[in-house]
Amino acid sequence: MPRRDDIKKILLIGSGPIVIGQACEFDYSGAQACKVLREDGYEVVLVNSNPATIMTDPEFAHRTYVEPVTPAFVEKVIAKERPDALLPTLGGQTGLNCAVALAESGVLERYGVELIGAKLDVIKKGEDRKLFAEAMARIGLDTPKGGYAYCVQDAEEILATVGFPTIIRPSFTMGGAGGGIAYNIDELRDIVIHGLALSPIGELLIEQSVIGWKEYEMEVMRDVNDNCVIVCSIENFDAMGVHTGDSITVAPAQTLTDREYQTMRDASIAIMREIGVETGGSNVQFAVNPADGRLVVIEMNPRVSRSSALASKATGFPIAKFAAKLAVGYTLDEIPNDITRMTPACFEPSIDYTVVKVPRWAFEKFKGTDETLTTRMKSVGEAMAIGRTFTEALGKAFRSLETGRAGLGADGKDVFDEDHFDRMLAVPNEQRPYYIAEALRRGRDVADIVSLTKIDPWFIDQIRRMVEVEQSIKGRPLESLTAPELLKAKRFGLSDVQIAYLTSSDEGSVRARRLDLGLKPTFKSVDTCAAEFAASTPYYYKTYEEEDEVAPSDRQKIMILGAGPNRIGQGIEFDYCCVHAAYALSEMGFETIMVNCNPETVSTDYDTSDRLYFEPLTFEDVMDIVEVERPMGVLVTFGGQTPLKLAGRLEAAGVPILGTKPEAIDLAEDRQRFSEVLDRLGIAYPAAGTARTLDEAVEVARRIGFPLLVRPSYVLGGRGMVIAYSEEYLLRYVEQATLVSPDHPVLLDRFLEGAIEVDVDAVCDGERVYIGGVMEHIEEAGIHSGDSACCIPPFSLGEETIREIREHAKNLALELGVRGLMNVQFAVKDECVYVLEVNPRASRTVPFVSKATGIPLAKVAARVMAGQPLSEMNLPSEDRELGRYCVKEAVMPFGRFPGTDSILGPEMKSTGEVMGVAPDFPSAYAKSQLAIDYSLPDGGTAFISVCDRDKRAVVPVARHLHQLGFRILSTRGTARSFRAAGIPVDEVQKVHEGRPNIVDALKNGEVQLVINTPFGRETRSDGYHIRTAAVQHGVSNITTLAAAQASVQAIEAMMQGRLEVIALQDMNGDLA
Amino acid sequence: MTERQPALLALEDGTVFGGFSCGAAGETAGEVVFNTSMAGYQEVFTDPSYAGQIVTMTSPHIGNYGVNAADMESRGVFASGFVVRELSEVASNWRSEETLGAFLQRLGVVAIDGVDTRRLTRHIREAGAMRAVLSTLDLDPASLVEKAKASVGLVGRDLVAEVAVRERYTWGGEAPPECEIPVDTGILPASPRFRVVAFDSGVKYNILRRLSEEGCEVIVVPPTTSAAEALALKPDGVFFANGPGDPSAVTYLYETLRELLGTVPVFGICLGHQMLSLALGCETYKLKYGHRGGNQPVKNLLTGRVEITSQNHGFCVDFGSIGTLDVARSGGLDLDPADLGAWVRAGVAPVLRSERFGAVQLTHVNLNDMTVEGIRALDQRAFSVQYHPEAAPGPHDARYLFGAFMRLMEGHDDVFAGPEKE
Repeated sequence: MPRRDDIKKILLIGSGPIVIGQACEFDYSGAQACKVLREDGYEVVLVNSNPATIMTDPEFAHRTYVEPVTPAFVEKVIAKERPDALLPTLGGQTGLNCAVALAESGVLERYGVELIGAKLDVIKKGEDRKLFAEAMARIGLDTPKGGYAYCVQDAEEILATVGFPTIIRPSFTMGGAGGGIAYNIDELRDIVIHGLALSPIGELLIEQSVIGWKEYEMEVMRDVNDNCVIVCSIENFDAMGVHTGDSITVAPAQTLTDREYQTMRDASIAIMREIGVETGGSNVQFAVNPADGRLVVIEMNPRVSRSSALASKATGFPIAKFAAKLAVGYTLDEIPNDITRMTPACFEPSIDYTVVKVPRWAFEKFKGTDETLTTRMKSVGEAMAIGRTFTEALGKAFRSLETGRAGLGADGKDVFDEDHFDRMLAVPNEQRPYYIAEALRRGRDVADIVSLTKIDPWFIDQIRRMVEVEQSIKGRPLESLTAPELLKAKRFGLSDVQIAYLTSSDEGSVRARRLDLGLKPTFKSVDTCAAEFAASTPYYYKTYEEEDEVAPSDRQKIMILGAGPNRIGQGIEFDYCCVHAAYALSEMGFETIMVNCNPETVSTDYDTSDRLYFEPLTFEDVMDIVEVERPMGVLVTFGGQTPLKLAGRLEAAGVPILGTKPEAIDLAEDRQRFSEVLDRLGIAYPAAGTARTLDEAVEVARRIGFPLLVRPSYVLGGRGMVIAYSEEYLLRYVEQATLVSPDHPVLLDRFLEGAIEVDVDAVCDGERVYIGGVMEHIEEAGIHSGDSACCIPPFSLGEETIREIREHAKNLALELGVRGLMNVQFAVKDECVYVLEVNPRASRTVPFVSKATGIPLAKVAARVMAGQPLSEMNLPSEDRELGRYCVKEAVMPFGRFPGTDSILGPEMKSTGEVMGVAPDFPSAYAKSQLAIDYSLPDGGTAFISVCDRDKRAVVPVARHLHQLGFRILSTRGTARSFRAAGIPVDEVQKVHEGRPNIVDALKNGEVQLVINTPFGRETRSDGYHIRTAAVQHGVSNITTLAAAQASVQAIEAMMQGRLEVIALQDMNGDLA
Repeated sequence: MTERQPALLALEDGTVFGGFSCGAAGETAGEVVFNTSMAGYQEVFTDPSYAGQIVTMTSPHIGNYGVNAADMESRGVFASGFVVRELSEVASNWRSEETLGAFLQRLGVVAIDGVDTRRLTRHIREAGAMRAVLSTLDLDPASLVEKAKASVGLVGRDLVAEVAVRERYTWGGEAPPECEIPVDTGILPASPRFRVVAFDSGVKYNILRRLSEEGCEVIVVPPTTSAAEALALKPDGVFFANGPGDPSAVTYLYETLRELLGTVPVFGICLGHQMLSLALGCETYKLKYGHRGGNQPVKNLLTGRVEITSQNHGFCVDFGSIGTLDVARSGGLDLDPADLGAWVRAGVAPVLRSERFGAVQLTHVNLNDMTVEGIRALDQRAFSVQYHPEAAPGPHDARYLFGAFMRLMEGHDDVFAGPEKE
């Protein structure tokens, strides 16, 4: 069946900001969909609030709305654009839920918009736990025993039939949000209350536990002719009980006989048909009892998912792209396989390698939360690795994680908790794989480990073999290793760093020895067909085999090093920059080579660059590729900290580094030398010092004075950064900080309390500097710039200040010798402009600046780095009037980490960002808030309790809220100042003052807005209880005075109905 | 770690692959081919159609879930040898009865692991399937290459006799002397609807299981059984099975089939499909490197649906050689009968007229290379497919063809109702 001609205009809904459980995989799928629908001649309208996505680049859709992904805003877009169809299956759970709401409320019918890809009843059958179980019963498939709860009492009744432990799964949530495993009645009640609040329909499945069973996933596609294919099977390394997003997963399935596999295949296809997914991709999860093979269906997602992104990267079969084509009427046999070109997409990929995905967590950022892995996803990113064998891929995956480890242990960094060794094996946790390897090193039985971990014996045996190889070279001199021995170590996935540790040598010597012995890696293609047909897409992985398939071209080529797994502080923004670099360099005629290991990203789409190497970003792996490809330059400044930290070693190894030299990067990092630069340029900066010892720290502190901003050097995202108000606190911190980064000293800066922070992103070509954007932060200095909201253009800074900021930025770029991107952070206090830091590389704000101004800053920078001067680019005047305000707001994951305090500080904690655009600042800010919380209170009770420092300044905020019709509720101290100002206020008790208190009021739903600024640094304070209760109950929660001021204006803008939608193409039409 | 026994695989064109012995010690010759199935190595290894071949599995981890009696596709292993990337030392599956390594040793099968199987596969893809010798005894590459050159190939060779049963037996009944019937014999019909005579040319057990499940009493007969002997068993239908080697060399079998045409409904799979085609007067030819795997897309031209199929064949039928195009019965299209891609694009199942047997329809086409996958002799109550609807290993998409055979025996005309919508 050919493409549908009865639809012309298609609306796509994106997934909004990056949050845990929903990361950049939906940018990958959405970007693919936009591209393919556009190529097919459809007019594409896109709504997505996330400015750091490739899909929201103005050239991907015809009409791009960076607006909140809420039914209200999408309805406005529909009213304005009048699309014929809505494709809801490519924007994750957020996009799907939004589409459901629009369908159910009759909006789609009213505007004559057809749901394509998945109809409303299909989505409901797939997502509603109850309807799903009924459907499974109809086709004779087992699901775990269980029942549906709509209140705590229901849950307790169902418990009688399922018993403990029991799994709680909310309907219509993603990443297992609101779910969990309950081992006792208290846990059950807690999870049920939380889960009911998060499920949009207030429904939970209380399910019999199949903890310890084997877990599998199948990625299925179906077209309108009922052709069905399985794209990929995935086997979870961790048994049931760990969310698949938190599990190590392996493709293809390893321990199923064909008979069992085909049973699962038949079941997956039957499920597609029964649920009624007419076209597109779905993901089905199964559990298998290892004792008797009993198969139960856990769930299905009638949409593309994180697993489908993984399956696409693992097989070379682009699920999202094809799903979009199927949605508009094509059949699988009409779509050519991209990689073979000669054969159709209607087939099932066969892979002749093994893929391992390992999640990346960030528990160090969320102290106080439970680190056990359960059915609620907690990881913030993932790395994928491809090897011929499981062990090879496993080793690569572990060294891809950017945790400072060189593999699965045996790298000199193993530390084990001897007192709880078996517990670390039995209870799923981030460190468990290291314990498994160590247990095997210590001679523990495979069977013993299997019984503790419930992990399939085949996987444990594979690790045993890896450890055996590792132990066979341990303690031997490097020179004594024969070529076959070294080859074996490499084939089992050991890195040069591990081999160096095991042989008491160093990485360089291992590499040299390896090359001396003629042990060079080989590169093989990911071709969807196990070499049955020739592949035309250069998508490679490294392995140690006999034949190398890479044929380097003789074109001028540039290699781009990607950003690695997502983690806090290093997210989609850097991938965005890498992708833009690839596009720009390709436009200039260079061959582009991408290296990255993050399966969620657009950069690892084989369409993005001319060549893709799916490899870890370590010195060893990057050098191996450099030696094959011999690029004329390597780009290290676009992928954030991951590639940047390789810059020096690569340069030393003779690799040409493009753009800003590593020397300049070091200069900006070197406090002493950098302050000399600032002195020379006459730029002010906070008094600062460097300390390598405790004594030095005290000495510096006394010289500079408190408060102090303290941090380890060479970190991204403010890792380990704090504000110290006292010497005692400083000492406690410095002792810890040495653990964070032992090779680098601790940095101390005078903290400019109450200053306004300003970020600048600029590009310099050595002659000229182009200021991309000046961003005024909403939150005052002291909050990590990645966590604070900011606005383009500045909304309160004076013209003279802005001029001075621009001037400083330009002088710095020229003085440092920047060739490419540069980010400068300024603080403005008492009309004086200070430079806080300079980073001569792509910053997190580059995508936001690009979207807000219409200037693709990363592309401009890539062109500069490849030699094109700024003067040739026809860039518009940098201080032109934009005629609008763009606000970027950070998205915090506190809801995922119950127990962690939700205050903002110098250490970055946000996972993603949104953008709001409007003709005035309050409206833009309102949109940014709506894009995160999906609602802003428009009345009810505002609870205000602030620290003494803020008491005076909060009065106008309270007055404004009162005028807007809010009832004001405060604790005693704050209430007193309101009364003094003549604002009516009700008083409520603090937590320690007795009951009922503010936390009771929050739990009872009596409060709609919380403004609570931290009182001090003691944990478990009143403020902590208030903030965590607010997070848990989904109450808007503001923790800084600046944000409170902006929020009140935003609420007013919303209540006045001033929030209109605007397409990027209309904003920047003159620049496209 | 224990020292492993080295092994070598030498191809007739001089290419040599090193590795380690992972089965029995010995030396074996055969045509080297590759199979891209990701699961189901046991079914592949016990498929008699691989007689005379050295099979390499493209999937790198082989043996992970061991071997069990229920997944046997014949009484043993008929392939000459196996080549894998990594043979699992352990078996992990609730049904596993022994490790694959132990199984291969027990049956005396030579196998090699540690091989860059992707390099081998690419080599076969580019240079074509070729003769090879696999040895754990002679580790001199030059000597092995010479042996490979001297070995007998597949073309013109009848391997059917080597793998087929010599005595007639009833599936699920008493086993013939040389046949160890595995535990799982399929669901035996309480009261059979049909009696089917199955000519054994190396039949996979799952075909017999599927026929039984459809309600057939299946009498398996040696391939040399005559048409009269077969008809004396009063069958409702006759089945021609898969099997090894060059179809054009098995003249006696397709001549028997030709005699049976018109007297009784006929269904053929794989070699059986080639037998029907040869009986109808088609020619067969050898593919460069064959179709072996579980992911081959086949379009049913009568329903428009695509089936993902299990395949194992190195020879193919030349549909155009059967006769002249019957334009009227081919959707009024006067396209080249040999250009299968054109018929697929047109969505029409063309009909050719053979002088002796009347109308023959092209029913199934492989979408990867647009080769013949199924035909039906419309005037002879006979149809056949090149691929394996019995799967084992592979997808079950084409299982409906067993139902089609039942409909044919019931006297229906529209046998290809197509895969039922579940």
